[in-house]
Parts: sequence; structure tokens; C-alpha cells
Amino acid sequence: MKKLPELIFAAGKEGKVGYAYSACEFGDDLIAVDAEHLRQDIEDFPQVSEVEIVRHYTNLSHLNHSVDSGFYPLGSCTMKYNPKINEKIAAFEEFSAHPYSPHHLVQGNLEVIKDLEEWLCKLTGMPAFTLTPAAGAHGEFVGMQIIRKYLSSKGEPRKIVLIPDSAHGTNPASAHFAGYEIKEIPSNEEGILDTAVVKEHLNEDVAALMMTNPNTLGIFEKNIVEIAAALHENGSLLYMDGANMNAFMGIVRPGDLGADVLHLNLHKTFATPHGGGGPGSGPVGVAAHLKEFLPVPLVDENKDTKQFSVRYFNEGIGRVKNYYGNFLVLVRALVYLYSLGRENLDKVAEDAVLNANYIRKKLEPLLDLPYKSRTLHEVVFSDKNLNVKTLDIAKRLLDFGIHPFTIYFPLIVHGAMMIEPTETESKETLDAFIAAMKQVLQEAAENPEILENAPHHTPVRRLDEVYAARKLIIKWQKEENN
Amino acid sequence: MSLEDLKFSKDHEWVKVEGDTVTVGISDHAQKELGDVVYVELPPIGDTFAKGEACSNIESVKAVNDIYAPVSGEIVDINSALEDNPELINQSPYEEGWMFKMKMEDEGDLDDLMDADIYEEYLQGA
Repeated sequence: MKKLPELIFAAGKEGKVGYAYSACEFGDDLIAVDAEHLRQDIEDFPQVSEVEIVRHYTNLSHLNHSVDSGFYPLGSCTMKYNPKINEKIAAFEEFSAHPYSPHHLVQGNLEVIKDLEEWLCKLTGMPAFTLTPAAGAHGEFVGMQIIRKYLSSKGEPRKIVLIPDSAHGTNPASAHFAGYEIKEIPSNEEGILDTAVVKEHLNEDVAALMMTNPNTLGIFEKNIVEIAAALHENGSLLYMDGANMNAFMGIVRPGDLGADVLHLNLHKTFATPHGGGGPGSGPVGVAAHLKEFLPVPLVDENKDTKQFSVRYFNEGIGRVKNYYGNFLVLVRALVYLYSLGRENLDKVAEDAVLNANYIRKKLEPLLDLPYKSRTLHEVVFSDKNLNVKTLDIAKRLLDFGIHPFTIYFPLIVHGAMMIEPTETESKETLDAFIAAMKQVLQEAAENPEILENAPHHTPVRRLDEVYAARKLIIKWQKEENN
Repeated sequence: MSLEDLKFSKDHEWVKVEGDTVTVGISDHAQKELGDVVYVELPPIGDTFAKGEACSNIESVKAVNDIYAPVSGEIVDINSALEDNPELINQSPYEEGWMFKMKMEDEGDLDDLMDADIYEEYLQGA
């Protein structure tokens, strides 16, 4: 078992330093900060040498679980392996041009942006894209602002956005920040939206419906075409949250289904780094009638001269991010697309769906499956009929070196266990996970204390999450830690 | 307090009626489902809510859940003890864990609420 190192505050000795600076030879007068604002000594600040501090944080980092070290089936988050070739090419120094470089010197970089835009347009059936949003939720916000601008330009700013109860949790927040009032719509017993239910909620105040497809139950919203038609007839728009695009990339195009606005998560579907390892990227695609409302800058190509130029002004919502978005993330996504090739992108989706269904079939006899519709890229079980809680199962999985799946989300499933293996995992890894789950569930039946006291083999045992949430202390304090 | 004095909503809020004022909290079933409560956001006194409108929320270790106004009316009091001791909702959902009081606009709103025994049946069926 890996050990948790002592706190850095316990390390070192009085007077030890990493670097020693000589006194300022020009005197203290030249220090830009007034003496009263300078902190002289920081009480109990750790005093350690350079190598001690390096070892401390290196050892701590070795305690992290990552997709490079083990299985990470966190549903909804799509924690798939990021091929190292993406990193290698993104590190080419030619790509790291200054963002204010004259455009004629960075034609290659502008070509990357245009090329990726065209890939995404073709894959999604959306006529135009912006690559500048910095993450999925940022993309949602940008998408909703585009909708607001479009409707205002027609002289009918509407105020309500409909969101199903099986949508991503960020959707209501994004729409709210864009100034909309949220109305939640219930999904039916199949776990999807009914066209009739959507129609009941339509009126002249409805600006849009935000649909996560496939939804957070891992189920395809098969009424999407009818729902889009009903919305359009009402003068409302369909926003599709395409964060789960890995379920049908290359097979289904949201533009063909009637989506007016769509965001993608490059850090999910297109295998660029994720979460704290980001930064992310959440491109937004729009239908033809919304094209002029995209944020700037936008890259144009002169097809005759093969020259790329940058457009800074249009009728749109302005800028949403400095420079060109997270450009090196765009490079990684483009490398991913070229290294797989168009003909293999369908297989990404097929394997993501196959892996999720393999887990579903193997675990279905042991766990309650509340929604029995066809599973796409992720499967959601419940803890109904078990004598332990979802949290206990998740904690016990840590002992097997497996990152637990997403728990207690979506909210419409009791004790939800949301499992997304992704296409990058082998059958052997899936079998090892299934074997671990079977053992855990057997322990749950025979000896539930094993789960209730889990984890047993991790650097720290079960943390008091309730106490931590109620008494939030985010800074080291001497007294309270003793 | 006896459960017989309370009425329950389908969203698991309980209501105690005293004249035209109602006290609102969440049921024992709801607190068990939520798990340990870590934060309670209460509505400002003086705000008015329509029946069914989200007026408050409860954060547990699992999730953040909206609490809906069981009747239409004005918030006249809140249980500020919950700010420092959100666990009262788990420990004493029907007494010390009450959340807010409302001045009810229309007594007819109570007709949609369930008595304790009907609520119990509703839970069995859910």
C-alpha cells in the first residue's frame, strides 16, 4: 500500500531554505510595496530544502488515480485515454506562436482552426462552428447567448428555457446565467422525453429546449426529430448538449435531427486532457440562420489563394474568450481525428456503446436497472434491493484500484451508479471490473461490514465527508490540525 | 408533535397548519433519502411564492435538492438555527428541523396535501 506522506508543515528544520537571496544592494526604498503591506515572517511556514519539497509533492502526486494508471469509468465525464501522440504534436514549438503574431506568420495555426472547424461541421451536420469556448459549460452559456441574440434580433426575446430532468446538471445553470427562467420537464418511464409532454409546455415565451442526447441515463432521445419540429413550429429553438457525442460520433449528425445549436466537449469525445489536467474546450455549432451570431474571432479561408484571415467583427455576441480559445487543445483534437481517420470514427462510437452494453449485460442479473431502454455509451443502475448503499460500493471499489463510477447522479435514479467505460478499455479491463463488482456485491450480501468500513487498502481510509462539508477548512491552521 | 397534525406534499414537504400560518419542513423519509444534510438555504422573510415554486434548497452529501412552497403565500419566519446546524433536519425533521413559516393566501391549497396515513401509502407505492 502506498503511504500518505507527512504534511509539509511537519517537514524541514528551522533555517532551511531552497534558495537564499542576498539583501537588496540598493536599499529597501526601491521595494515597490509599502512596508506596512509586506508580511515579514509567516508563522510556521515550512522550512525545507528544494529536494525535500520536490520529493514531498512528487510522492503526493503518486497517490493520484488517473486514466494513465487505472480504470476510470466515471459516467457522464467520459474519462477516456488520451493518446500520447496528441501531446507530442501539440508540443511542437511551431504551434506555440504568440497570439498577437501577424496573420501571415501563423497561417499554419489558422489552418488548424479552420480545418478542425470543417471536421466538426461535417461530423455534426452543423453549418458553422466557434472553437473559442473554454469548456462544455462555457459552450452551453455561449450557445444560449447566441439564441438570445437571435431571438432579440427578430424582436421577440423570449424568457423560458425547457430542460428535461435527465439533462446534464450544468444546463439549467448555463441557461440561467444567460438570463432565462428554467422549466424542468419530466422524462417518461422509458427514460426519454415525450413529444406530447414537450408540446404541453410550449407557449410564446419558450425560447428553447436544452436536450442532452444521449441523455444522462445513456439513452437516445428518439423523439428528437418530432420534438425539434414542435419547437420550430412554436418559434422556439432546439439546443442539443453534445457532451455525449462519443455515443454516436460518425454515425448520427445532430444537424440532421433538427438541432439549432450544439456544443461538443473536445476533452471528452475528442480525447484531449480533462478536468484539472485541462484546459478544456467546448466548441459550439449552429444552424445556418444563427451563423451571423457566432462569437469572434472567426477564421476565413480564401479558397483561391489558400490564405487564412481572421474576422473580428460580425453581428454576433462578441468575444467569449481571449485570443483563439484554448488553441493547443484544438491541435490535440485535430491530431486525434487525423490519427484515427474518418473511417474509424464510427468504430469509436460503436466500441463505446459495445463496452457499456457488455457491462450492462454482465451486471444486470446482480443490480436493479431502472430504465430498460437500449443503452448507448453509459449505463445507470440503482441500489434498490441491496442492503448496502451506492456510496459503500463506490468506496469498496477503491480497494481494487478502480476509480468508482459516478454516484447519485442522475437524480431521477435512486442511489444511481452511472458507469461509462469508454471505448478505450479492453475486454480484459472490463472483465476485471465486472469481477470486482461481483465480489463487492457478494460481500455486500454476506458481510456488509466490509463495505461499510471500506476502503481498507488506500493511503487514507474513509474520510468524514459530512464533517468536511459542514465545517469547511481550506487552509492549514495549527491549532485545528493538532 | 404528532404526525396526525401534519399534511404532506408529493414532494415530501410536511405542513402544519395554525390559523392562516403554515410551518414547513421535510419528511422523515425525505431526510433519509437525502442523507446527511450539510447546508440549508432558506428564503428571505417577506418574499412571496406560488404553490409549487422552488423557494429553498437543501444540500446533502449526495446532491442539492429544491424545496417547493406547499402553498402560495408570504414567508413570515425562517428557522435560522439551520444555518449553523443543518443536521437538525436529519436529527429532528418534524420539530427542531422545521424550515420556514408561510402566511397562506388560500386555504384551498391544502386540499392537494395528504394526511399522514395517505402519505405512508404514497411512499409504499413510490
